[in-house]
Formats: sequence, structure tokens, C-alpha cells
Amino acid sequence: MKTQNQYGWYFVLPVLLLVAFNALIPMMTVVNYSVQETFGDNVFFWQGLDWFEQILRSDRFHAALGRQFLFTGLILAIEIPLGIIIALAMPRQGFWVPVCLVTMALPMLIPWNVVGAMWNIFTLPEIGLLGYFMNNTLGISYDMTQDPIAAWVTIVTMDVWHWTSLVVLLSYAGLVSIPDAYYQAAKIDGASPWSVFRHIQLPKMKTVLTIAILLRFMDSFNIYTEPFVLTGGGPGNSTTLLSIDLVKIALGQFDLGPAAAMSLIYFAITLLVSWLFYTLMTKDDGK
Amino acid sequence: MIELRDISKKIGQIIHIKPTSLTLQTGHFNVLLGETGSGKTSLIKLMAGLDLAASGQILINGQDVTKLSPQKRNISLVHQFFVNYPHMTVFDNIASPLRVAGMAKSEIQGRVEEAADILQLRPMLNRRPQELSGGQQQRTALARAIAKESQAVFLDEPLANLDYKLREELREQLPELFAGRGAVVIYATSEPEEALLLGGETALMHDGHVAQFGPTAEIYRKPANLTSARVFSDPPINSATIQKNGAQASLPTGVSWPLDGQAAALPDGAYTVAVRPHHVTPASQGAQAVELTGQVQVTELSGSESSAHFLMGTDNWVSLAHGVHPYEVGEDHAFWMDPAHCYYFAPDGKLVA
Repeated sequence: MKTQNQYGWYFVLPVLLLVAFNALIPMMTVVNYSVQETFGDNVFFWQGLDWFEQILRSDRFHAALGRQFLFTGLILAIEIPLGIIIALAMPRQGFWVPVCLVTMALPMLIPWNVVGAMWNIFTLPEIGLLGYFMNNTLGISYDMTQDPIAAWVTIVTMDVWHWTSLVVLLSYAGLVSIPDAYYQAAKIDGASPWSVFRHIQLPKMKTVLTIAILLRFMDSFNIYTEPFVLTGGGPGNSTTLLSIDLVKIALGQFDLGPAAAMSLIYFAITLLVSWLFYTLMTKDDGK
Repeated sequence: MIELRDISKKIGQIIHIKPTSLTLQTGHFNVLLGETGSGKTSLIKLMAGLDLAASGQILINGQDVTKLSPQKRNISLVHQFFVNYPHMTVFDNIASPLRVAGMAKSEIQGRVEEAADILQLRPMLNRRPQELSGGQQQRTALARAIAKESQAVFLDEPLANLDYKLREELREQLPELFAGRGAVVIYATSEPEEALLLGGETALMHDGHVAQFGPTAEIYRKPANLTSARVFSDPPINSATIQKNGAQASLPTGVSWPLDGQAAALPDGAYTVAVRPHHVTPASQGAQAVELTGQVQVTELSGSESSAHFLMGTDNWVSLAHGVHPYEVGEDHAFWMDPAHCYYFAPDGKLVA
């Protein structure tokens, strides 16, 4: 039998400490709150799994979760194909490469709350460029503070504007790493552009696309800042996504117990769906 | 048969291929030999239609294909990288060009199986490329070329990324694989030894042009010019300027030897002598051997052979000999050159004797 050398742990220790401080310890606080009731003054009452049951049975949570899945579904359905299409259309060499790359990266460099504020002003019906153009030039009634559909169109458009670049840049990195030899082979075979995409580019982009889909899923599922600044969850509750609802419960109503339980459920759902995505997308790799 | 008529290529101001004419016969194994950047791949890309020629004409079996797309030229190309469709099985990979061509299913099946048998891929037909070894991946690419039954097969350093043993094995099989298939086979390599092992015809490439073309053994024995002699020698051929005076040749270091036959009949003047490293040995090979002295710079022992790089005047020469020889780096050693194996080149580089 191999001698077990325990020195290995010393090398992992810094990472363990880091993870403990930035994830485990704060999360244990949340776990602590999720099973107790407090009225402040450091007085706690044991509550068991009551909060979890309450959240899981609440219509409000179901509605927010539904909106969250709708939002993330729309985001993925638009950003992934759009990102691939833009990446395919970008030049692979020459003067325009850095121009395209920098232009693509720009939206991602803007702070998230600024993105929300920008789109808020941009879409105001009377003074916003887009809002004014829609209402007064095109004559289409568009006011996201009144109309839930307009609010949804705006937050989805904003996220597409903000984050499609990430998919573009990742896909582009995947595309440029394909050796020219593959394209030459396809030319000699006489493969159509669709075949080249289907049989060369897509399979070769698979790894980066897996990463892109995972990142976009996690980010959009946990999104808070931009829709909060843009719509504040309204009109009504129409754009109250999970994280916005969570903050309302925790800080608005000061219901720390239910909020903590909801955080853990939220976290579990994110983890589960990410795991599902990853497993489904990499299931062929080992074979 | 592929005919190149004054074909050339340049990108911007950089000339990649100087006007070149060459005729490559069907059923022959044609080697393009030259170092990296000498234009082998550029020439292949022109013949394959992946690049268009700046001038000249390309004919495949009498048909002018100069302006045709690669697909219409009915050719195959095997790369130095193992290029296979990553998510398709070996079967589908071999079948892919046939499917694009719209061939009947039963015929595809037959052709793929035949090619797979030739390349011993039968048990791997249902696997994907990444589950195969490098050698099997490259055999899949070769099988695709064979199943396609194209008019011309281009092999661009196909063995360069394989390990030694596989390379030897596949190199032995290659000429047989394509024998009797009615295709012109063009094989690019940077290793002179590989050209000799493959036989057939060789085009020596240097700086974007063909320095010499002919049966491989013949052009090895009789390089038409100094460039050919240099391209087709590994380690590099030894060369030095000599003064010819009557029937006497002398090196700048003062060493001289008698000339006979053709060499003796040349007009007096400056020439270049070239001799392959294995004709410069650390022991005398006969009465006519010419003794040279040089300072040993580097020595290498590769299995049964030992080589020594030595400095003679201003020229760096190499000696390659069987057995282990006790060289001492930095010391002067005596070497013997066999004058019967010396080539003499005129100042313009042409072989004169």
C-alpha cells in the first residue's frame, strides 16, 4: 500500500482558509438564521425547517422563481446564438480585429449599476433617446414604468446589450483556435458553410460554449443590480426577480429567517441547474 | 499527371513561389524536399487550389484547373496535424467526402470498409478521433484520402507529428498504400533521409523554387547544382572554395590533391568543392585520401555513428563515421576526405565535375 503523506494538506490550506472566509463562514451565518427566529438583541428562537416550508409553499416565491426562469431562459435563448453569430461574422485577422474586440468588450467594462441607470434614462418616455423616439417618432406607446411588457423587453434588451459580448469573446477565442487545416480539409471536401459550422466550428467551440452557457446562466439567474436600478422590480411585481424579492424580504421587511431560508433554496437551485447544464453538455466528452 | 507551367505566387511584395514548371506523373511517389519555408506547402496549396497562382497554369490529367476551386479538382490532402471531424466516428470521417459528393450508401459502405482494411482501422470504425492514438488518427485521415479515389493526393509532412516507431512503420507502408490507385502522390518533407527511403521522384525545393527534379537516387548521387547538394544532405554537405591549377586543387588552408578526368580538364580558376559528411572520416580510407586538419568544435555520438564538426580555416565541416571516435573538443584532429566523392561546382553553382 502507498504511504499516505499528509503534507499535501499544508499546500491546500491557504485555499481552504480563503474559501472558508469568503464562502463557508458567511454561509453558515445564513444557515444559522434560516432555522431560527430573531427579534434583534441577539435573542434567537429555534424554528426548525419552518421557514423553508413557508418559502417553498409561498405563491410569492413561486411567482418570483417563475419570472427568474423566464428571464434566464430568454437571456440564454437570445445571447448564446447571437453571440455565436457575431463571433462568426468577426474578422479573424487584419486591422479590424482589435477594433471589433475592444468594441465588444466595452459594455462589459461599465459598472452594473451604471448600466441600469443608463438604460433607465435612455428609455424615459419624454427625455430618453429611445423612449422619445418610440413614443413621439414611431408613435408606439412605450413606458416601462407603466407597462410590464415594456419593462420586460427593456431588461432583456439591456442584458443582451450588456452580456452578449461575453459569449462573443469566448466563441471567438474558440473559433480562432481552430487550425486552418480544418477549413482546408472542408474546402477540399466541398463542404457547405453550414457543414463547416456544424461539423467543425461547433464541435471545436463546445468547450468554450459550455463555459459561456454556465457563466451566463449563473450570472443571469443571480442578477440583481441592473434590473433593480432600471425597474426596481416593477411595475407592480412584474420584474421582481428572485434576488430582488430576496432583498425585499431581508432588508425591506427585515424577515431574516425566511430570507435566509430563501437564500439557501436559491443557492441550491442555482447549483442544481448548473450541475445539470454541465453534466448534459459534457456527457459525450469521456466516451 | 500534374503539370505546372511557370506557376508563381506572391503575397504583397513577398514572393512565395518563383515561376516553376514541373511535371508529376500518375502512379509515382513524388517527394517535395526542402527545409521549412522553402515553399513546399505553398506549392501544395497552389496545386490543391487552396491558393490561387499569381501567374502560370496548373493542369491535372490534361485539364486546366488553374482557376478551379479545390472541391472541383478531385484531390485529397493529408496534413501534418491530424485533421478529422471531431464529433464524427471514424467511419463517418472516412465517408465524409463521399457523402458530400452524393454517392450511394452501399458504395460508400464498400469504399470505407476497403480503405479501413488497408489501414487496419476496421475495429475502430465506430470510435471518435479523440479516442484514437495519433497514428490511428493519421491513418483515418489517410483512409479518407484513399476512399475518395482522387486524382491527386497531397501529403504535407504527414508523419511529422508521429513518434519515431509509428513514423517508420507508416512510412514503409505509404508507397504501397497508393500504388496502383491511379493517383499522383505528392509527399512534402524536410528530411533528406525520408526522401531517400520513399524513393520515387524528388523535387528539391529551396527559396520558393525547384532546384532540381528527378529520380530520387539519381539526384542524390548527382546534384545539378550547389543548392541541390545542400538541400539533399543531412548533416549539411561540406563545401569550401578551392583554387584549381592544372591538375591540382588546393584549399585556402594549403591542402591540395590531384584532380583527374573531368575535373582536371576544367579551366583553371576558383571552384567550390563539396563532399558529403560520410566521405570525411577520422581514418584514412585509401591511398588517394586527402588529409585535412581541423579544430574539433562539437561532437555527437548517435548509436553506431559519431560525427564531429570541425573548423578548417574559415569553413565549418562535418565528419560522419561509423564507430566511436575519441575526439577532443578544441583539439586539432586529422580527417581524411575521399576525393573520388567530391563534387565540383562552378562559381555560378552549376555542377561541373
